[in-house]
Amino acid sequence: MKKTLFDKVWDAHVVETIENGPEILYIDKHLIHEVTSPQAFQELEERGIPILRPDKIVATADHNTPTLNQHLPVKDLLSRNQLKQLAENCKKNNITLYELGHKYNGIVHVMAPELGITQPGMTIVCGDSHTSTHGAFGTIAFGIGTSQVAQVFASQCLLLKKPKKMRVTVNGELKNGVLPKDVILYIISKIGTNAGTGYFCEYAGDVFENMTMEGRMTVCNMSIEMGARGGMIAPDETTFEYVAGRKFAPQGEEFNKKVEEWRTLKSDPEAVFDKEYEFDAADIEPMITYGTNPGMGIKINERIPISDDKSFEKSLEYMGFEAGETLLDKPINYVFIGSCTNSRIEDFRVAANFIRGKQKAPNVTAWLVPGSKQVESQIREEGLDDIFAEAGFQLRQPGCSACLAMNDDKIPQGEYCVSTSNRNFEGRQGQGSRTILASPLVAAATAVEGKIIDITKHLN
Amino acid sequence: MEKFTKLVSTAVPLEIENIDTDQIIPARFLKATDKKGFGANVFRDWRFDKNGALNEDFALNKPEYSGKILVAGNNFGCGSSREHAAWALAGYGFKVIVSSFFADIFKGNSLNNGLLPIQVTPAVLHDIFSAIEDNPNVKIEVDLESQTLSVEGTTIEENFEIDPYKKTCLINGYDDIDYLLSKIEAINAYEAANI
Ligand code: SF4
Repeated sequence: MKKTLFDKVWDAHVVETIENGPEILYIDKHLIHEVTSPQAFQELEERGIPILRPDKIVATADHNTPTLNQHLPVKDLLSRNQLKQLAENCKKNNITLYELGHKYNGIVHVMAPELGITQPGMTIVCGDSHTSTHGAFGTIAFGIGTSQVAQVFASQCLLLKKPKKMRVTVNGELKNGVLPKDVILYIISKIGTNAGTGYFCEYAGDVFENMTMEGRMTVCNMSIEMGARGGMIAPDETTFEYVAGRKFAPQGEEFNKKVEEWRTLKSDPEAVFDKEYEFDAADIEPMITYGTNPGMGIKINERIPISDDKSFEKSLEYMGFEAGETLLDKPINYVFIGSCTNSRIEDFRVAANFIRGKQKAPNVTAWLVPGSKQVESQIREEGLDDIFAEAGFQLRQPGCSACLAMNDDKIPQGEYCVSTSNRNFEGRQGQGSRTILASPLVAAATAVEGKIIDITKHLN
Repeated sequence: MEKFTKLVSTAVPLEIENIDTDQIIPARFLKATDKKGFGANVFRDWRFDKNGALNEDFALNKPEYSGKILVAGNNFGCGSSREHAAWALAGYGFKVIVSSFFADIFKGNSLNNGLLPIQVTPAVLHDIFSAIEDNPNVKIEVDLESQTLSVEGTTIEENFEIDPYKKTCLINGYDDIDYLLSKIEAINAYEAANI
């Protein structure tokens, strides 16, 4: 039987298949954070079950952490308690934790790849839906609920039904100014937010082959926004080069041996997918969203479509937009560059490149939140922090921040925020906030102009 | 986990599509470290305005609607994987959610908490909404054993699907951890051969 990339990795991890039921899938790496793990630790403790493989778990604090003054005690009591709980749980169970302030701390989906914890061919889970990010390495990676976190704690396995397989192919050359974020926003706008439900998605074609690892992570990150459990890209030289030499990556001879194995991780030419989509790179432009789900996206110079669907109308009403209008020239007071979608060094380079020598518009509050301590240091090493400071931008400390607004980084009621994050749900960035998803380039341009502009005109 | 076999109840209609887990339980309520207490904040920003006043137009606040069944629009539970959404719904008192489509992770989370997600066709969903609108006291019967959902006084009688393994778990009130631990030898053997 011809196999897809997904089949190859999945099949290699099946411990047992239950007749008429799910399969027992072995998990290579389990990433945890403060918000979705405490109840799982509690569950095991109450039932007197030990953690089976603490050495396969890595913990970080990211969702609920402040992005200013991280050296001080966390002000919010509930947050502080949650972080303390994580530290205690990890200590008690011999789990490696990169807590707030540690040089490896960061958003779980930024720090794990950066440390070489994420490797091709693995199965990786985390109590967070954007675990799909790690699929960029040819890894089966997906988000799980807290009950499943407890299952993995107890057995290093999950009971799962094998998902169906879909493939999204994009061939051709991307236009100037079209970033990986635009590619995935474009795909979701075309196929919708539940096209992927029940599927695992493989991204194929020149566009992904030519992307950096950072770009591939941005794409795979948002697989969940089209309903898919995860997304994957076959590992290649770009992948191997990225993994080589990282802290927890195999080293020396062992690395070379691994690479030979990883080279086999690609879909066989005749492998069959349950569903296929194909797009032309030339059709993709800088994108922007206008509604309250990530599928409600348009090319930046397009008009909001017209529809009499009830949910569509409700969504526009929330956003304060009219069907048929353009978003160009809309004044914007908040800009957020960050989140596990776009907070890697490349994203800040793109932003800095545009911002260099310009000034932030006076009406704009702009938060730049690196995905990890390492990204933060790199920003400083490359001198990007000076560019940001001169332009009036605020560089904060790493964490999820305004992506889900659990900490103090909240967008006020009714305000628009052009954000590089992944979800524009009602109130996602703070009660009553209105999120417009975009690439780091569009976000930077918005911050400079104080309004949404047609970035394509600035590039050509 | 509590056992589930049969339920007869009135239902609360929530005719909104794409309800994401951020709406079911907003992120600012995720700071707790146990599973209790989330019910009080289910649909917080729809039930209350920003000053904490009750929004009387919202279905859960309307006196005519109550019950252990939530009937919701298409694509329920999309977005974040937070199991807090299932805890919040169960904590509020729901035992069954009916929709024409559920997001994957939410569906799994619900089943792991004894909250039964029932998927019906868009047409049947529409009929159920109409039946509740006609009579807010109409009783809906859910029988897990026979996998049927019927609405009293109407012709609505539907078979729904559920994974046979999950069905057994719900009926007996046991969960995946129990099952996985019974397989520990196979897991050890896998590790010995592969890791
Ligand atoms: S950055 Fe946002 S989407 Fe990513 S893990 Fe944090 S909260 Fe989730």
